[in-house]
Amino acid sequence: MVTATTPLKAEARNLNFIYNGGNRAVKNLSMPLYENKITALIGPSGCGKSTFLRCFNRMHDLYPGNKYEGQIVMHPDNTNILDPAVDPIEVRMRISMVFQKPNPFPKSIYENVAYGLRVRDIKNKRLIDEKVEEALKGAAIWNEVKDRLQDLAFNLSGGQQQRLCIARALATDPEIMLFDEPTSALDPIATANIEELMSELSNKLTILVVTHNMQQAARVSDYTAYMYLGELIEYGDTDSIFTHPTRKETEDYITGKFG
Amino acid sequence: MATQVLTNPVNLTISPRLAKNIRRNIKERVIELILMLAALSAVATTFAIVGVLLYESLTFFKAVSLVDFFTDTQWTPLFEDAHFGIMPLVSGTLTTSAVALAVAIPIGTIGAIYLSEFATHKVRETVKPILELLVGVPTVVFGYFALFFVTPMLQKIFPELPSFNMLGPGIVMGIMIIPYISSVAEDAMRAVPMSMREGSYAMGATRFQTAIRVVTPAAISGIIAAYILGISRAVGETMVVAIAAGQQPNLTFNPMESAATITAYIVQVALGDLPHGSIGYQSIFAAGLVLMVMTLIFNILGHWVRKKYRQKY
Ligand SMILES: Nc1ncnc2c1ncn2[C@@H]1O[C@H](COP(=O)(O)OP(=O)(O)OP(=O)(O)O)[C@@H](O)[C@H]1O
Ligand SMILES: [Mg+2]
Repeated sequence: MVTATTPLKAEARNLNFIYNGGNRAVKNLSMPLYENKITALIGPSGCGKSTFLRCFNRMHDLYPGNKYEGQIVMHPDNTNILDPAVDPIEVRMRISMVFQKPNPFPKSIYENVAYGLRVRDIKNKRLIDEKVEEALKGAAIWNEVKDRLQDLAFNLSGGQQQRLCIARALATDPEIMLFDEPTSALDPIATANIEELMSELSNKLTILVVTHNMQQAARVSDYTAYMYLGELIEYGDTDSIFTHPTRKETEDYITGKFG
Repeated sequence: MATQVLTNPVNLTISPRLAKNIRRNIKERVIELILMLAALSAVATTFAIVGVLLYESLTFFKAVSLVDFFTDTQWTPLFEDAHFGIMPLVSGTLTTSAVALAVAIPIGTIGAIYLSEFATHKVRETVKPILELLVGVPTVVFGYFALFFVTPMLQKIFPELPSFNMLGPGIVMGIMIIPYISSVAEDAMRAVPMSMREGSYAMGATRFQTAIRVVTPAAISGIIAAYILGISRAVGETMVVAIAAGQQPNLTFNPMESAATITAYIVQVALGDLPHGSIGYQSIFAAGLVLMVMTLIFNILGHWVRKKYRQKY
């Protein structure tokens, strides 16, 4: 529920994003992310959810010609993470991401989870061991893999791979975790596992999740944002968005009349 | 049965559409046949080569025992006092190839990583055609480049280096092989899905870390394929070593000495006018057989390593 005391973790302020070639995929979008809450992003295909999400870890910097306008401010330090003076690597160290399709590295299960620590030049083996175990437990996959940590990650099932990717993202203690349709490639049981996991994670960190699944948004999120054609149409706490949306477009989308 | 079909009245009045189908069918069969013949001709040629090699070698090995062939330390088939120990040629082949690979593998790999992961589109489109140009240079040119340019330069560093040596041509051969290794390895790296790179960047990795820790291991099976290609090229290369390494069989692994490789021996003898059926003539085929077996061993080894490291995305 929205209360005056819920602290802000980040907020987009008049954010615009323009793809190389001029396509403005996010338009003048302002939206808060509350600390230790789950915010769901919903909207029809192509409305700019992924584009918006990927602004948070500066993923668009990887491709030349993309342009951000406006700000994404992170709290409590008040850093505008889109500021060109801010190193995108610093941003990605604070904000991690789980992708739509599980994308483990061609390494062992252990090394996949240790990756974020290794790229941070952490060499202490005991610390890495501890962090790997903690992250795998946090991603609810420890029991399944604890006896095969040296196995290649590709040998895991799709659902396990996705939880491994969550563990990988967890191992570096991020403040915010971004999920882009994390369960769209998974069966209902694996999906339920991931949803439960997200709820648990939200005790410790802030989550922004893109989903096409209305039930999922209703089940896991505290806040919901409805996007359409790059614009934020409606934002509010999930219960009120799903029970009495104020905008007609939102209602049509949620009830399946459109999208 | 067949006559029954033919006399069936329905078949006598073939509709135009059906006729078109039949015509298309026949056309496809003909095309298929032509393609198969083309493929078969390649296979047949390979078998023919192996057959000739084996046949001529057999007569050779009737005169020279296998034990002598592999243990004699001299290869002097054309001398009065003929010796038929293949090892001096094998050592020359392995040494020049090792020098070449010591040059080509590191530079080719680094080049591939650079082109695939760091170069901008524009740089890549400029560099690749230049590299391909290098492939088109006739190997004779590389041979004289080794003899008249690289070796004299090396002699400034190592004054005792003889004019004919294995180091110079080895290095030049390495330069020659770089484009093969870099282009095959680069293709393998570019085939690594972008989602894997994004996963690495999202963890806060730098471009360099992503290239070395994620893209390279993901492409390792293709990179090894590039090395196999490079090894085959090095072992089979002829002109450069024939011109610049000297043509004296010499049982040594020291690249500072002159030596002959299997291929250099083959051209040397093949260019002379040896009578058909003489032992010198047959020795070419025995040497060729050894070369083929060596290439085969490297290929099998390479495929085995590749399979071991093959990744699925
Ligand atoms: N690399 C790109 N270059 C140019 N335009 C792009 C690029 N990627 C996406 N777009 C466009 O930006 C808009 C938003 O795309 P985005 O992927 O953010 O949508 P989405 O809401 O995530 O859709 P989906 O639900 O299908 O994943 C679309 O019109 C899309 O065509
Ligand atoms: Mg999307």
